[in-house]
Amino acid sequence: MILAVASGKGGTGKTTVSVNLARQLGSGVQLLDCDVEEPNTNLFLDCTEPEEEIFGIPVPCVDEALCDGCGECGRFCQFHAIVSFGTKPVIFPEMCHGCGGCMAVCPKRAISEVSQRMGLIETSRSGNITLIQGRLDIGVSMAPPLIRAVKARLQDGMPAILDAPPGTSCPVIATLRGTDMVVLVTEPTPFGLHDLKLAVDMVRELRIPFGVVVNRMGIGDDRVYAFCGKEGIPILLEIPYDRRIAEICSRGELIVDALPEYSSLFATLLWNIKELRGMERRASYVRSAN
Amino acid sequence: MKIAFSTSGETLEAPLDSRFGRAPKFILYDLERDYFEVIDNRQNLNTSQGAGIQSAETIARSGVGCIVTGHCGPKAFRVLSAAGIAVYNCGEATVADALKAFREGTLKTMDSADVEGHWI
Amino acid sequence: MSGARIEELVVISGKGGTGKTSLTASFAVLAADAVIADCDVDAADLHLVLAPRVLERHEFKGGHEALIRKEDCTGCGLCRVYCRFDAIGMVREPNRRPTFAVDPVSCEGCGVCVRFCPVKAMDFPERVCGEWMVSDTRCGPMVHARLGLAAENSGKLVSIVRREARRIAEEKGKEVIIVDGPPGIGCPVISSLTGASQVVVVTEPSVSGEHDLERVLALTKHFSIPTAVCVNKWDINQEMTERIEKMSCGAGARLVGRIRYDSAVTTAQLRELAVVETDALSAEDIRSVWDNLGF
Repeated sequence: MILAVASGKGGTGKTTVSVNLARQLGSGVQLLDCDVEEPNTNLFLDCTEPEEEIFGIPVPCVDEALCDGCGECGRFCQFHAIVSFGTKPVIFPEMCHGCGGCMAVCPKRAISEVSQRMGLIETSRSGNITLIQGRLDIGVSMAPPLIRAVKARLQDGMPAILDAPPGTSCPVIATLRGTDMVVLVTEPTPFGLHDLKLAVDMVRELRIPFGVVVNRMGIGDDRVYAFCGKEGIPILLEIPYDRRIAEICSRGELIVDALPEYSSLFATLLWNIKELRGMERRASYVRSAN
Repeated sequence: MKIAFSTSGETLEAPLDSRFGRAPKFILYDLERDYFEVIDNRQNLNTSQGAGIQSAETIARSGVGCIVTGHCGPKAFRVLSAAGIAVYNCGEATVADALKAFREGTLKTMDSADVEGHWI
Repeated sequence: MSGARIEELVVISGKGGTGKTSLTASFAVLAADAVIADCDVDAADLHLVLAPRVLERHEFKGGHEALIRKEDCTGCGLCRVYCRFDAIGMVREPNRRPTFAVDPVSCEGCGVCVRFCPVKAMDFPERVCGEWMVSDTRCGPMVHARLGLAAENSGKLVSIVRREARRIAEEKGKEVIIVDGPPGIGCPVISSLTGASQVVVVTEPSVSGEHDLERVLALTKHFSIPTAVCVNKWDINQEMTERIEKMSCGAGARLVGRIRYDSAVTTAQLRELAVVETDALSAEDIRSVWDNLGF
C-alpha cells in the first residue's frame, strides 16, 4: 500500500507522523520525502550516507546551423522560456516546463533537448526504512517534476509512506496522485480546521480514501471533531498535547523511541489505517458489483 | 530612431517607471518626427514569472532602437541584447526629463542587468 | 516609482506552524494604521482573526488549460502521445467509439495537444485559479486571496495582493504595509519579499525550524533585504534557541526577541482575537518584538 501523509496547514506534524509510523511498521518500508523545497525527514532518522542522483528536466537546445530565426518556438511557448527575433533564440531553462512544444513546432527541426539540473534525489537507509528525498536546488521553483521522479523510485510490493508538502497546490497534487490512502494531519484550532477543510476538498476531488489524525489534542476546541463527524470522516488517531512530545520533536528524536508509552499510538494508527483500507476495498467491491 | 520609456502614465509629464518588467505602459518616442505613441503593458503586470521577458518581447517587436528605464533584470536584459536594443539606465523623475537627458547625451548604457530577477 | 515612503514588513517562517499568522495579526493590531496583505494564498488564515468585511472581489486568472470538445473528438489519441504530463485520459462510453478528455488537475497548460490536434477539436481558455479581495478590518484595509485547488501561479497571486496593498497605501496615505508571507522558500516566498523594507522570520527552536531558517536566510541575503529573526516558543528548547540565534547573527540577521510558549495563543485564536488583544503572557513578548522592529 502507498500511503500519503498530508495537511492543509504547515507545521501540524506531518513529518512526525510519517517517520514514527514508518519506524513503528517494523518491516521494510520506503519513506519518500516529497516536500522537495524543504526536505527534512533525514533530520529525524539516523541515516546511512545518502546516494545522490542528479535530477534534471529536458530543456531546448538550438542548432544554430539549422535555425532560420522564424520565431515560431517563441510564439508557441506558454512559459516564455524561449524567445526569438530573427536570430538564434534566447533560452531561459529556469522557465521551461519541459513540454517539448518548441521542438515539435520548429519547422526546421533545429531544436533538440538537453537535461537541465533541478535538484537531487538522495537515497539512504535507517533500520527498516529506506528514505528517498528529493531536494530542489535553491532558486528553482518547479517542484512537481522532481516529486514525480522521487515517486518513480517506488518499488512494487513494498509498502510506502509519502510525506507531502503542506497546502493544496500542484506539488501536493503531484504527491497524492496514485496513492491508495491519505492521512490528513491537523490540529484542533480554527487555523487547523480551516486548512483541513481545504485539504478535504482536495482529496475528495482526487477520489482517494482518507482519514484524519488530530495532533496536539486538547489545545483548542472540538470544532474539528464536529466537522469530521458531520462529514463522516474517520479520525484515525489523536496525539495528545504533551510538552515532552514537542521537546522530543524539537531535538529530532522519534516519539516511538524516546517515549515508549506513546508507541502504542502509532500501533493504533497502523491498525486503523489497515481497517479503513479494508473497508474501502469492500466498498469498492460492492460498487463494482452493482 | 524610436526610443522607449517605461512609465505609468500616457504623457511626457508622466513619471518614469523604475521597473522595466512590470511597468504599466511604454511611451515610444520618435526622435525624427517628435511624435510619440503609448503602448499598454498591463497584461504583463499580472504575470507571475517572465514579466521582464514579455516586456522585452513587446519592446523588441515595437521596433525601437533603445529603451530608457530605471532597472532591468537579467532575463529582460538578455532578450533586449539579443534583439540589439540598447538599455539606458536613468533616475529622472519624468519621461520628459529622461528624454532631455537622453538628447543631451548624459545617460549611460547598461552593459549588464543591474537588479536580480523578481524585482518588484 | 512610489511617491511617499511606504515601509513594508514581510513576516515569513520557512517551516509552517511556527506562529507566523498569529504574530502577523498582533503586528496588524499594534501598527494601528497599516494596510494588511495576506500573501499566504495557499492556506490563508489571517482572516480568521481579523474578520474582514469584503468590499471587492476579483477573479484571478493564470495560464491556460486545454479542453477537448467531445463532439468533435475523433478519438485518434494524438493528444495523449504529445502530452508529457499524463493529463489526457480515454473516455469509454457504450455504443460509441472512445474519445479523450483532459484532466484539469494534471494539465500544465503548455498547449502542445491543442496545437497538434489534427481536427482542431480543442480549446485553450484562460484558467480561473482563484480570487482576490479587498476588505475592511478593525485594524485597517486588508488585501487577501484564495487560490483554487491545484493552482500553480501562486507567485503571481502574491504579486497581485502586494501590488493592491501598495496601491491602497498610496491612495489612503498609509505608511506601513504588513504582509503575512507564505511558508517555504519557493517562488511565492520570493514574490512576497522582493523589494520589501524589512523581513522578519518567525522560527521555532527545533531541528526542522533551524534547517528551514538556514535556507530562508540564504534567500533574504540573496535579495539583500534587512532581516530580523524572532524565536517563537523559545522555552521548548533553550539550547536550540541559543544555537538558532547564534546562527542568525552569523548570517547577518538582527535578533528582535523571543516569545515564550503560551497556550493562550490558541485561546486567542478561538476567540478570533490577536494575542495582543488578550491578557496572554506572551503578548508582552510580542510587544517587545514589535518595538524592536522599530515600525
